Amino acid sequence: MAFEPRIVAFFCNWCTYTGADLAGVSRLKSPANIRIIRTMCSGRVDPSFIMKAFELGADGVLIGGCHPGDCHYAEGNYKALRRVHLLKKMMRSFGIDEKRLRLEWISASEGDVYQHVATEFTQTIRSLGPLNWKQHVDQKSSSEQAVVV
Amino acid sequence: MAKPKLALYWAASCGGCDVAVLDIEVKILDVAAFFDIVFWPCATDFKYKDVEAMPDKSITLCLFNGSIRNSENEKLAKLLRAKSVVLVAFGSCAQEGCIPALANLTTKEAIFKTVYLDTPSTHNPDKIFPQPVTKVKEGDLEIPVFWEKVKSLDQVVDVDYYIPGCPPQSTQVAAVIEAVIDILKNGKPLPPKGTILGAGDKTCCDECPRTRKEKKVKQFYRLHEILINPDECLLDQGIVCMGPATRSGCGALCVKANVPCRGCYGAPPNVHDQGLKMLSAISSVIDAQEPDEIDKIINTIADPTGTFYRFSMAHSTLKIADL
Ligand code: SF4
Ligand code: SF4
Ligand code: FES
Repeated sequence: MAFEPRIVAFFCNWCTYTGADLAGVSRLKSPANIRIIRTMCSGRVDPSFIMKAFELGADGVLIGGCHPGDCHYAEGNYKALRRVHLLKKMMRSFGIDEKRLRLEWISASEGDVYQHVATEFTQTIRSLGPLNWKQHVDQKSSSEQAVVV
Repeated sequence: MAKPKLALYWAASCGGCDVAVLDIEVKILDVAAFFDIVFWPCATDFKYKDVEAMPDKSITLCLFNGSIRNSENEKLAKLLRAKSVVLVAFGSCAQEGCIPALANLTTKEAIFKTVYLDTPSTHNPDKIFPQPVTKVKEGDLEIPVFWEKVKSLDQVVDVDYYIPGCPPQSTQVAAVIEAVIDILKNGKPLPPKGTILGAGDKTCCDECPRTRKEKKVKQFYRLHEILINPDECLLDQGIVCMGPATRSGCGALCVKANVPCRGCYGAPPNVHDQGLKMLSAISSVIDAQEPDEIDKIINTIADPTGTFYRFSMAHSTLKIADL
């Protein structure tokens, strides 16, 4: 069976969530791989939500917020931006491709942008393949008993 | 009445936790008077077979320090779990992996290569690596098997309580021992299972005497790159201080000595992952809104992963999946 990426998305209520909704209402086709979780602001997305998603089997995580200057809580999207940059750096040391995490600014009127980002990101994750964090790890621990080096 | 039995053990540890127990000074005499010490490799001469010969649940209290790095550590963890009524993960290594668990960022193969081939003082032309079993004419020689990953005690056996710290502060150790003696003497109920003993329920920042103004910074400094103001919050000065992501209990020992908190008391209450909590805290003090500038500032943090998870790597969200 072809690999279908499992993508968890955290979208801010005021912009990206509404933008994704607009894409739907406008009948713009977008991939069904994206499971959207609505948050009040991209600044609400704690790094532990993102890592938990990967731990529980997500192949990619997409975060959407208002454009710079447009966040309804003034600074939330900048906070998200700084966290994502630092988290990407840490993901590299954990051995996870940082392309599996993406942050985008999509406004409520940008249904077409949502369509484009969702399609492109799903494509990226499809080409990266499954993250399979648990299996990948189980393999490692079952080799534990093997003779040393 | 027979005295309650006490065991102390060190698995993959540095020995500091055993010293922390001795550091309770004259109170150690109370310990010796109240308990029958049945096993303590660092201080007394008992053998593993002595423990094996004890009936199950015959040890009242076992303070277990050190993480689980190899088959010997794991075997003793299982043995002491079976023999003890109350098993305490004593210190950061047993609680959440501590420094040994930083090795989880690499592989066993890479570690062996560094240790047995690459270090400048190593001369090993035949590429000899330790083998779990070596045959000699007298018979088989066995050494413990080095596991792929370092685990905390609760990742291999059921743990009743935790005492955090690297090492736990001796005042806290003394207070816990006093409380245990009181419980046993007077038949008081034990705290709920899983309780963190000998620590507070706030963050290190709450115990810190420095003034925190929640300033934003353009650069992070390593200790030798800056003259530290002794009264101002270290994070405000651009020094990575783990205070906001660390449980209280030590009395802000390090910050009072002009050194940033390194996070040894583990994650504060209701925080699942200490490293990610620190990532959030650091992200809030970075003074930039442009991606390039953000990266520039982030790059002044030396080894964020190793720093934020210095003590809690075995319990990190992604590494938990490792087991
Ligand atoms: S960050 Fe460090 S220096 Fe600042 S208040 Fe917290 S513990 Fe004190
Ligand atoms: S200040 Fe931090 S690193 Fe120092 S003893 Fe306290 S918790 Fe541990
Ligand atoms: S409200 Fe949309 S990013 Fe903050």
